[in-house]
Amino acid sequence: MNIHEYQAKELFDKYGVATPAGGVAETVNQVIEVARELGTDTVVVKAQIHAGGRGKGTFKSGFQGGVHLCDSPEKAGEIAGKMLGEVLVTHQSGEEGKLVNKVLVAASVDIDKEFYFAILMDRETERAVIVASSEGGVDIEDVAENTPEKLIRVPIHPTLGLQGYQARTIAKQIGFTSEQMRPAAKLFAAAYKLFMATDCSMVEINPLVLTTDGEVQALDAKFGFDDNALFRHPEIAALRDTDEEDPREVAASKFDLNYIGLDGNIACMVNGAGLAMATMDIIKHYGGDPANFLDVGGGATEEQVREAFRILAGDPKVEAILVNIFGGIMQCDVIAQGIINAAEEIEMNLPLIVRLEGTNVAEGRKLLEESGINLITASDLGDAAKKAVESVA
Amino acid sequence: MSVLVNNDTRLLVQGITGNSGATHARGCLEYGTNVVSGVTPGRGGQVFDDKVPVFDTVVEAREESGCNATMIFVPPAFAADSIMEAVDAGIELVVAITEGIPVADMMRVKTKLAHSKSVLIGPNCPGIITPGQCKIGIMPGYIHKPGDIGVISRSGTLTYEAVWQLTEAGYGQSTCIGIGGDPIHGMTHLQAAQLFTEDPDTRAFILIGEIGGSEEEEAAAWIKENCDKPVAAFIAGATAPPGRRMGHAGAIISGGKGTASAKQEALRDAGIVLADTPAEMGAALIKALG
Repeated sequence: MNIHEYQAKELFDKYGVATPAGGVAETVNQVIEVARELGTDTVVVKAQIHAGGRGKGTFKSGFQGGVHLCDSPEKAGEIAGKMLGEVLVTHQSGEEGKLVNKVLVAASVDIDKEFYFAILMDRETERAVIVASSEGGVDIEDVAENTPEKLIRVPIHPTLGLQGYQARTIAKQIGFTSEQMRPAAKLFAAAYKLFMATDCSMVEINPLVLTTDGEVQALDAKFGFDDNALFRHPEIAALRDTDEEDPREVAASKFDLNYIGLDGNIACMVNGAGLAMATMDIIKHYGGDPANFLDVGGGATEEQVREAFRILAGDPKVEAILVNIFGGIMQCDVIAQGIINAAEEIEMNLPLIVRLEGTNVAEGRKLLEESGINLITASDLGDAAKKAVESVA
Repeated sequence: MSVLVNNDTRLLVQGITGNSGATHARGCLEYGTNVVSGVTPGRGGQVFDDKVPVFDTVVEAREESGCNATMIFVPPAFAADSIMEAVDAGIELVVAITEGIPVADMMRVKTKLAHSKSVLIGPNCPGIITPGQCKIGIMPGYIHKPGDIGVISRSGTLTYEAVWQLTEAGYGQSTCIGIGGDPIHGMTHLQAAQLFTEDPDTRAFILIGEIGGSEEEEAAAWIKENCDKPVAAFIAGATAPPGRRMGHAGAIISGGKGTASAKQEALRDAGIVLADTPAEMGAALIKALG
């Protein structure tokens, strides 16, 4: 799950990670009000969308840039007026772009030096790992590639946590001076506390800045949260902005379906994540293009199967649907009944290729045969994929 | 023969009185697994299905029933606690089926595990089965057949697919281990490959991986140097978009790492026969046998 920059700032404020003063606004008047309260000579107005590359993005109106430096509250209001309610396209947003509903208005800071600081849940060491560098404000992948010696990695013990000396050592190692070391270490400790307390998978502060006033602040940040832990953080789950997500994925998530939209024309419905991925792969192998990843889970109900069909059939790009079920926990007859119910409720004129195997397979096949639904049955996974690809050829 | 589980396995089921715990405890009993006890805190003294005594704690179950393996069906919020309870009680094999355990909880579990003799399989896995002897988990028993092919997999239904292809072709299995789809988990591909390499009754094995992490590469490197047995493999997720979690919490390509092609290359380099499609997993193993 992603969150907006202003939400990240609010989390930082709550846990004591220093950031430039500022606030979020939804109208031009609010923008002017926030800018006046800040009382600084200049303010930065930043469009709030999940995609990166905002500064270099272009609004569909033709207005350039989703991040602007403004020299008065009135100017901030004027700029915000050109962002709010407009669609911003960046290299990460896709061609359709993202609607800007909110802007962050923040005091501009004079930067002396930029750094990189991140905490990641690392699967190899099975620990939270701090990654830090003297090279901030740039793509960290490039630093890792070209100057790996400028990147330090410090695994943190799961139960001992980040120790004071570790935070101070990291600060010195990435180039903070003796007097800057303590405020930097304090920020690291606060960020680690936030990371653990909210079950993050990633907190990336880039850039972390030293201002000309000698303050250490998080200027921009990216968060990732462990979806498995959201149940114990309702305040984090509430930060989800479904406007930023693929509407097909939002619809699927309402029924606990694991769906990821792709660009192809062969939809697939599969039980189990590994088999669902493998089904996409085999469609591609035979020259087709999968329209989605969809794992209906181990114990899907008839209702979930019906809703899954609704989402697949409702996608205008979809020209055929491939159902691949290997019944383990899930019973083939339940799936078959779901397919029959869905076919009766939703007018489906698309070729429907069904491959069933596993628990209660005989009952499932019998139900499908007796239902009179127009479908193509497949004997095995390879056969199913070939038939699906042929059906859209 | 087999690895890890056999006719001598005495199984405890943690969460035996819950919905899925009860369903799958019955499934294991029907298969012939020796289910000797259950644990549900607060239900001590009850008897499950008139045959399996239920205890409040794992320590009591261990003392009273002599269980040496446990199958965990406890909801995600409490699963880490249950795994640690089993580890503390000295249960030799801990199989965690539960899906959705927070990563930070698993990180703490692994710290605990490092100082114990217990082996953890999972979580977020179908379990482990030695056909004809012992089934611990949620896999449909009838698709398996006793034999000498080992199966290692991060997935559930994709494993059933592979097992079914093997069984249909007449190749039975020594043991099938579902290591699970979470980023931080117990037994790795490499550890499972080591077990099958050392097992005199396993003639060959198939490794089923997917995008994310580097376990397949690590197993491939080890196999290249240390394993003389025929090995086949399949990697799922060649068409998965980067940066997206493909159902399993651990199935994600991040920062260009964990791609299917990198894994396939490492496996090929180790002389492992790769299945081009998931429909050919059984065929790849048969090809590896020569």
